Amino acid sequence: MMQTLRYVVFRDLLLAMRRRADVATTLFFFVIVASLFPLGVGPDPKLLRVMAPGILWVGALLASMLSLGRLFAEDYADGSLEQLVLAPEPLTLVVIGKVVAHWLVSGLPLVLISPVIALQFDLPREAMVTLLLALLLGTPLLSLIGAIGAALTVGVRGGGVLISLLVLPLYVPVLIFGAGAVDASAMGMEAGGHLSILGALLLLGMVLAPWATAAALRISLE
Amino acid sequence: MLEVIDLGCLRGERRLFGGVSFKLMPGGLIWVQGSNGSGKTTLLRTLCGLTQAMAGTVHWRGEPIQRLGEDYRRELTYIGHANGLKEDFSALENLRIAAQLAGQSISREAGVEALQGSGLAGREHLPVKFLSQGQRRRVALARLRLAHPRTLWLLDEPFNALDTRAVADMQHIMENHLAQGGMIALTTHQDVDIQAADTRTLRLDA
Repeated sequence: MMQTLRYVVFRDLLLAMRRRADVATTLFFFVIVASLFPLGVGPDPKLLRVMAPGILWVGALLASMLSLGRLFAEDYADGSLEQLVLAPEPLTLVVIGKVVAHWLVSGLPLVLISPVIALQFDLPREAMVTLLLALLLGTPLLSLIGAIGAALTVGVRGGGVLISLLVLPLYVPVLIFGAGAVDASAMGMEAGGHLSILGALLLLGMVLAPWATAAALRISLE
Repeated sequence: MLEVIDLGCLRGERRLFGGVSFKLMPGGLIWVQGSNGSGKTTLLRTLCGLTQAMAGTVHWRGEPIQRLGEDYRRELTYIGHANGLKEDFSALENLRIAAQLAGQSISREAGVEALQGSGLAGREHLPVKFLSQGQRRRVALARLRLAHPRTLWLLDEPFNALDTRAVADMQHIMENHLAQGGMIALTTHQDVDIQAADTRTLRLDA
């Protein structure tokens, strides 16, 4: 069972390695969106510090969504999704493997680069650490929730826009508690509460999302 | 043994076929025929559990396939219209990954051997995007050449895009599989004569 999980993760990572440009797009999108705001609203450090948590989180949300279209659509088009569904293991396992690979490719790089972006906004050190932790808890959740939307829109024409409509509302709790954590920390308060809720949401997502995604995939493949 | 009882399927609002019943015994071959759009692909997809039947059931060794789930999928190989190949992977990588996911892990050497047997010698490491349609089909079908094949093969137009030599090769492999007690259900428009202990023809557009 663990072997199948490993094979799926390996397959998707190898695929990402062969198409490095796709992976870079997500990361550069995040960097550019986050960098546009200081240019647009002006260089007032006080204003930027207040806006930073929201901007960084919205940037992460949009960047994560950008790569969702690739999660199942290509496998569906070339027929390998059928083969994945017919693998002699539970489909939820295959889904978990794909979500893990998606996070490693499109979520983890955002987490790692976020401190650099945070410097642009002059966030205090405390808040930077909180941002890193919050993104570490939040981005896997974005991949998990996004997978449901991606599975529901497999094979639908113009699925890209539809995914955004389906998934963005579901991202709202992650945005509120993720940005809330950084906000609290920037104002010198304790961020533990927000982070705990993010952690709880992540656990809930880990249990429910793969199951829902598998069900959605079965329906889409009919 | 695969037993299909009174199977019926819809496509959109339209009834594709109904009342399809047959039994497939070890060594048996079932040949699904019908014009374009008569539901051959849908029937094969229903047999492997990808599509839900509107009516009727499919039994494997006396149990409905929905209840068997993974135990059923462990005994079947389905090769559909689409080859299920990744363009950025080489033929060998595609074959090995497909085999691993199907729970039939193979060594590099076994993979190379199966591809060479499929007439792809010297192209094992070429990304699939540089292969022709016929060569891609050969890569997909190379799974049938692996040791310890699955009992039940469901093949949708397996000879598509293949040249006569490759068709004859595949025919030989299928005959071998049947002789060893395997079962095959296939659709094809080509006239291929496969020797089997028990050959049946199922016509869908009646």
